[in-house]
Amino acid sequence: MAEESVLTDEFLRQLINVGEADILVGVPTYNNAATVGQVVQTIRAGLLKFFPRERAVIVNADGGSRDQTPDLVRGASINDAQVSSDIHALRTLHCISAEYPGEPATGTALRTILASADLLRASACAVVSPESTTIEPDWIERLLRPVYQGKFDFVTPLYRRHKFDGLLIRNLVYPMTRAFYGKRVKEPYASEFAFSGQLGNHFLGQEIWAHEAGRTGTEISLTISAIAGGFRLAQTFLGTKPHLDARSADLVAAMRQTVGALFWSLEPNFQLWSAHADSQTVPTLAAGEEVTLEPLRINRKRLLGMFHSGVAQLEPVLKQILSPPTVSELQRIAALEEDEFSYGDELWARTVYEFAASYHKSVISRDHIVQALAPLYRGRAFTFLVENRESSGEEVEQNVEKFCLTCERLKPSLVELWNGKK
Amino acid sequence: MREMIVNELTQATQELIREFARFLPRLLVMLIVVLVGWMIAYLLKWILRSILRLVKFDKLSEGAGATQLLNKAALPSSTELVSRFAFWIAWLGFVLLGVSALGILGLEEYVTRFFVFLPRLVVALFFLFFGLLAASFFSRAALLWAVNTDMPSPRLLSSAVRVLITIFTASAVFEELGLADSTMLLAFAIFMGAVMLGLAIAFGIGGQHLARRFLEARFAPEKKEAKEGEDELSPL
Repeated sequence: MAEESVLTDEFLRQLINVGEADILVGVPTYNNAATVGQVVQTIRAGLLKFFPRERAVIVNADGGSRDQTPDLVRGASINDAQVSSDIHALRTLHCISAEYPGEPATGTALRTILASADLLRASACAVVSPESTTIEPDWIERLLRPVYQGKFDFVTPLYRRHKFDGLLIRNLVYPMTRAFYGKRVKEPYASEFAFSGQLGNHFLGQEIWAHEAGRTGTEISLTISAIAGGFRLAQTFLGTKPHLDARSADLVAAMRQTVGALFWSLEPNFQLWSAHADSQTVPTLAAGEEVTLEPLRINRKRLLGMFHSGVAQLEPVLKQILSPPTVSELQRIAALEEDEFSYGDELWARTVYEFAASYHKSVISRDHIVQALAPLYRGRAFTFLVENRESSGEEVEQNVEKFCLTCERLKPSLVELWNGKK
Repeated sequence: MREMIVNELTQATQELIREFARFLPRLLVMLIVVLVGWMIAYLLKWILRSILRLVKFDKLSEGAGATQLLNKAALPSSTELVSRFAFWIAWLGFVLLGVSALGILGLEEYVTRFFVFLPRLVVALFFLFFGLLAASFFSRAALLWAVNTDMPSPRLLSSAVRVLITIFTASAVFEELGLADSTMLLAFAIFMGAVMLGLAIAFGIGGQHLARRFLEARFAPEKKEAKEGEDELSPL
């Protein structure tokens, strides 16, 4: 088995002790001692409560933590968890933890989990973020049940979010993934998801592992791979999305993980995305309140200031990436007063498409292209915040939907840019 | 007496004819070498041009900022320039090889010098190209970093990075070519010393706040967040 080479001897030894499993839950970690214990306890509680008869295993792929994360995973006992008394273990619930080789990277951890699932012949697998402190035992059931029953191959989450949380997802990642690949997966960059054993094998055979997308932003690459492979998709409501990861506030890192991986995926999937004109809904298995509205203190002026600075300072870079009319339009809106400023749907969609085409043509370093989009995104985020200041959750969703439709309508322009007709 | 003069003239003429007869094959060899050299150089130019087009050298050169310089100087594209340069260097090499076949004393030394210098010239050009490429890449990286971290004067920082790398490149090129070694070294040391002193004074006196912000962002980000007292917006 070729994928065994991904696993260290220690990993293999522990997996061989497990034998085979029906269900596998993977937890990729790196210095997550603050939260991982609680997360693993909840996973165990969920497995014991909802899958008591199945052979289950929790696999922790660690990137070489120096804060005793693996010890906490191994030590996270069901007795420590405050769970109801109707939980009974009918089978041994294995929990293994080992370090994967190489530098710490989520992609490598995911690959290790996939290889473990393959070795254990698990029929349903889930990945849970070690930082998901809001996790409940029923998340495990909601993710795994549809896959274990054989109804779906890939289940992505729906989260309860504040209307201004996940702005990059709402303003770029979701609309663009939907426009490119024709599936309305609302969380294409999910920290929790489930997949079938068959899809896991498909993931392992993908070429992403030889590229940067196989190290960072692997989550979105897996979603795209599931869509491109024609697998059965579903999404299910889990609960509140936690944000403990300091990296999630780093915009450039977030753009590399999402936009970089999304742009990269366009290259091998050109035939697929260039053929789609519209999008299809993905079955939603459990719905819930998705948008919360409590007031937040946000420095909007700083966002706008960084947009202004970006457009002015990056002019020579933007001229290499964008078409002259788009650069002119950006300079025009950058000159507007704060109360008149608007980075509208159409201009934003056109900007992202031109960035995608320039990424394809490598007009400058691809990483620089992704970085150059960050200041422009800040201008778009400012507009989103202002336009939705008084909006209800439903209105926010409607505005996101309107932008998605704009992206779909303008998609032919990307195909033309891609083929060099413009 | 008359007979003697005739004999001398005959001998001199015969000597001249003999010399010419000895020289003629060498001249022929030189002409052949020059002609074959031209053909080889032309073939080299054609192959090099094809390879450079295949690896999109013009795009690389555009990224390095070399294309803009060439356009300003009304020169052809980088691919064309490099292939033409290779042609002339190769052909010149063959011409000198042919000239050395003539066996003219004194010329051979210059020919040898040329062939010793040739690899250094190629290495110097290599340094120049990749130096310009690095200057362009790192100055853009500095610009993007400064803009995305909201640092003041991003273009100044970017230009400083570009100038610094270009100076390093120029010094490496001159050293490789062996042109005015000591003068260049002295000029470089004086220039770098002046720049560093200027930067130190400017940063120390004029940029106290910048230095504080930089150090806080680098070593104590928590303090900064607490001071701002705003809700963190997660892009993901």
